[in-house]
Amino acid sequence: MHSSLWLGALIVLPLVGAMVAMIVRRRPGASYVVAVGFATLEVVVSLVVALLYSSHVTNAGTFDFVSRRVVSAPLGLAYDVALDGVSLLMVVLTALVLWLSLLGGRDRRREPAFVSWLLILTGLTMGAFVSHDVLEFFVFFELTLVPCYFIISGWGGRERSRAALKFFLYTFSASAFLLIGILYMGFAYQHQHPTSGLTFAYGALSSTAMSHPVAVWLFVGFALAFGAKAPIWPLHTWSPLTYAEAPTAGSIELSALLAKLGSYGLLRFAVGLLPAAQVSVRPYVLTLAVIGILYGSILACVAKDLKRFVAYSSLAQMSFITLGIMSGSTIGVTGAVLLMFNHGIITIGFFLIIGFLERRRSSIQIADFTGLQGPAPVMSALFTIAMLASIGLPGLSGFVSEYLILIGTFTTHAWWSAVAALGVLASAVYLLWAYQRVFHGRAEGANAQVADASGGERWVLVPVVVLIVVLGVFPKPVLDRITPSVHNFVTQVATAGAFK
Amino acid sequence: MSHLAPLILVLPLLGFLLVVLNGKSLSDRGVGLIATGVVALSFVVTVITFVLLLHDRTREVTINLFTWISVDTLHVPAAILVDPLSITMSLFVTGISALIHLYSTAYMEGEKDFRKFFLYLNLFVFSMLTLVLANNLVLTFVGWEGVGVCSYWLVSFYFDRESAASAGKKAFVYNRVGDIGLLLAMFLLFVHTHTLTYLGIFSSTSLLSPAIATLVVLALLLAATGKSAQIPLFNWLPDAMEGPTPVSALIHAATMVTAGVYLLVRMSPVLALSSSGRMTIAVIGGVTAFVAATIATAQKDIKKVLAFSTVSQIGYMVLAVGVGAYGAAIFLMVSHAFFKALLFLGSGSVIHSLGGEQDMRKMGGLARWLPLTFPTFLVGWLSISGVPPFSGFWAKGDVLSNVFAHNKPLWALGVVTAILTAYYMSRLFMLTFRGSERFREVTHQHDPHESPLAMTAPLVILATLSLLGGLLDLPWAHGFSLTRFLSPTFGFVAPSAAQSTTLQTGLALVDVVAALIGLFAAFTIWRTNVESSTFERPFFEHVWRWDDAYDAVLARPLEHLAQVSNDVVENRIIDGAVEGLGGSVQRSGEGIRKLQAGLVRQYALAMVLGVTVIVVYLVGRVR
Repeated sequence: MHSSLWLGALIVLPLVGAMVAMIVRRRPGASYVVAVGFATLEVVVSLVVALLYSSHVTNAGTFDFVSRRVVSAPLGLAYDVALDGVSLLMVVLTALVLWLSLLGGRDRRREPAFVSWLLILTGLTMGAFVSHDVLEFFVFFELTLVPCYFIISGWGGRERSRAALKFFLYTFSASAFLLIGILYMGFAYQHQHPTSGLTFAYGALSSTAMSHPVAVWLFVGFALAFGAKAPIWPLHTWSPLTYAEAPTAGSIELSALLAKLGSYGLLRFAVGLLPAAQVSVRPYVLTLAVIGILYGSILACVAKDLKRFVAYSSLAQMSFITLGIMSGSTIGVTGAVLLMFNHGIITIGFFLIIGFLERRRSSIQIADFTGLQGPAPVMSALFTIAMLASIGLPGLSGFVSEYLILIGTFTTHAWWSAVAALGVLASAVYLLWAYQRVFHGRAEGANAQVADASGGERWVLVPVVVLIVVLGVFPKPVLDRITPSVHNFVTQVATAGAFK
Repeated sequence: MSHLAPLILVLPLLGFLLVVLNGKSLSDRGVGLIATGVVALSFVVTVITFVLLLHDRTREVTINLFTWISVDTLHVPAAILVDPLSITMSLFVTGISALIHLYSTAYMEGEKDFRKFFLYLNLFVFSMLTLVLANNLVLTFVGWEGVGVCSYWLVSFYFDRESAASAGKKAFVYNRVGDIGLLLAMFLLFVHTHTLTYLGIFSSTSLLSPAIATLVVLALLLAATGKSAQIPLFNWLPDAMEGPTPVSALIHAATMVTAGVYLLVRMSPVLALSSSGRMTIAVIGGVTAFVAATIATAQKDIKKVLAFSTVSQIGYMVLAVGVGAYGAAIFLMVSHAFFKALLFLGSGSVIHSLGGEQDMRKMGGLARWLPLTFPTFLVGWLSISGVPPFSGFWAKGDVLSNVFAHNKPLWALGVVTAILTAYYMSRLFMLTFRGSERFREVTHQHDPHESPLAMTAPLVILATLSLLGGLLDLPWAHGFSLTRFLSPTFGFVAPSAAQSTTLQTGLALVDVVAALIGLFAAFTIWRTNVESSTFERPFFEHVWRWDDAYDAVLARPLEHLAQVSNDVVENRIIDGAVEGLGGSVQRSGEGIRKLQAGLVRQYALAMVLGVTVIVVYLVGRVR
């Protein structure tokens, strides 16, 4: 068992970084340097945590870095952190997303505020991923909306206010159902265990006894909240507008990271706390996931700008994650967790390159581009790698996760998996078509003048490419950390689901 | 051997990495040398491995490299299986690849993307070898997809040409349809046998019910139709001719497109469980062979004729698989690799000499200008036409006599196809090498020139192989033949009644007569004609309207669906509902609207404070 201070550091470091960045805001560029420094430190700490974790608890599949301190007994508020293989992967992703979006999505307008919001967002997201108390999770989950809102409305495109507001209202209203559900469970538990005080500890709430219909309604509420974030079809309509209007770093944070908060919540809290309900609801959520895969793919085909394109392709990918989470199979859930990470990395690649194109042409309209492979071969090669990983080409990271999801789901719900396999075809259609329109053909006019990726731009994408290739060829170290935790989780859920 | 065999794979990958990492510091010549050298070395290693395997008692060696994926009950090692089937495949893949690499160093000289071409080519060889050497279906899938993506890159090599870009995409997407089949086959096998290694599956075939086995076989067939360009997914292959000609020879004739046949043969122990599945395979193969042959009779582009000819020949191989004649299928695959690579490279030499012209109406009379291309092409032509003693005669005869034993109507269709094959190939030969010289306009009155040695040497070697390839599996050499060597890897198929020598001779005679009819017809018609509306049916020229039908039935309805999804479902229904909800809330309070207009920051913070207040309030009330 390791000290929970490591996790505390992960939450506090970015917040301190934000403060320091604001303190040095008068000196030009200083806040950026501070932010990058703290982000690098955060990545290092997250990797240290990953190494410490692996050496001890991996095979037990239990929680590490555990600590629970009650903050306010009457309110049931507690600081309660713990880490298993699933949250570990999300922690590393959170740190990487911050680091890469700072390096590749630099925005010089009001820079101190920009980097501070990014750092704050990271601290809050870290908090959500390591929370082992449901109310604590909710607070972090909900607070992430604030920095997101300001990043979109402050540094976004022409329709930024509308996009920011839509995003805020959408996810905020949806999470009201989550809050109601959490409170209900807390009070129900207190009612059943009069001697213990009000608590929202994960372990406690998972043993709350409930009638089946109530549990199903709670699940629906949870699914609404997490489904709006993930997104699950049809709760996705904020995402195309928001991704398109957000600045590069904002789009990355939203799709690579915050969407995962939705999937993570669905897995840990909806499935984990309501095991019996999820069994009855499973076919419906699986169906929504399959619809999302096909629907997202179809709309990606007709998307007119590159960010909306990625938004819809993300809907399809996130639906694959939902499919895996709801599969009830260790293989499927492991694939889903791995895809949460892989999709994050791949999406960073996409949005960074789109950001580079936007710098050059001040446009993200697909129709404005053609033949870029001629003037910008390196950039198109980098895009190709992200594209092929997203298509699920074996040897690159996307394949392993997608394959595990499909084969895992097939063992429990063969028909859903068989239809979802059409997504494998669909992703090739929309991605290759977009690639053809943007990079193939003859470059003329402004397109012929597009500069290839600069040295800095290439270096930012190196970690992305390395992760895509390494996790495709040798995913074992990562899978070995996820699988035991997922196996325990799935077994517990299955036992509890059958028992109730 | 266990130390040597992985080198077969690693060498081409090494070539790829060497060029990627030192791309800038190497000259074009150096790149060509490295790329060709590693593949040639890989061939040498394959030969050594082959000899070692011959002396191995079990003739089945699994070499574990590392654990690739291992989750719960799913274990996928990165491991290779060296057995007679995989080593036969590796031998001709590396051998022909080495020749085509050499050819390409001259053919692609001066191209802007010379290095990139060889990068893709080396990566292709690596993928193809992964496909055939893998010891499990998932690793085969790695190679399967790898060759697909290399094909995509190489077909759209001239990416500034719209048609090339579209052809590359079409090839990949059609292949992906087939890939779904391979995925589903894997899923079914995993659920029922709990393993995905070939040997594991074969030892637990008893766990597969007949119905499941049939489903698996049909899914595998779908995979094969995509990769091997069979009905209903064959029409990407002619478009793929947009790629440089060496690519057409290597990927779209000799190696990648035969992967589907390889997969079926590899899975023959599962095929053995489903006679209805095998029947479907046979029908698909026989019909594809015939349909593609009719199309080939009406094409004007020399490469298109060869492309449809490839589809047709692979149809024969699939037909052979369907009747359980796996040895014949591989025999035809190997000899087809020889003569079709020869024909493609020969046509490349022709195209090269005419400065890029591919229309046969603008060729003619090239025999005297191309002193090496002409005789080697002649060997290829006679071989594919089924004239003894060239390899094509033996291989096709082997397939047809096996089909005769199982299914008479399909045999008859096969013979008709043989007539058509001899006919369209002779037409191509006549239009290209005989008759009047119609190319002067294209070459600006210059004389065509023979290609350099790097291009003609592979032609000579391939011509020799096409001539002698029949020796691999002569019908009377039962003791030491390809089929005998391969047979331990095949699934059991009930042997048909032994054919008498008289019957075999009779069948061979039928084949010869079929070839002669085709040759004669073509000589009569195409000695004088260059075009003929009677003999080049528009229906055949337009590929039986196959693409038009897909457009009408699939593409356009899907486009329509996409538009409707976007305009109506997404924007009006789903988002309309959301906006409507939001709007009504907004209208209900003027204050909120004001907040939205001017006080966004406070608004957001108020929301968060709101959460806290709600929590405190609820908690307080319950207490």
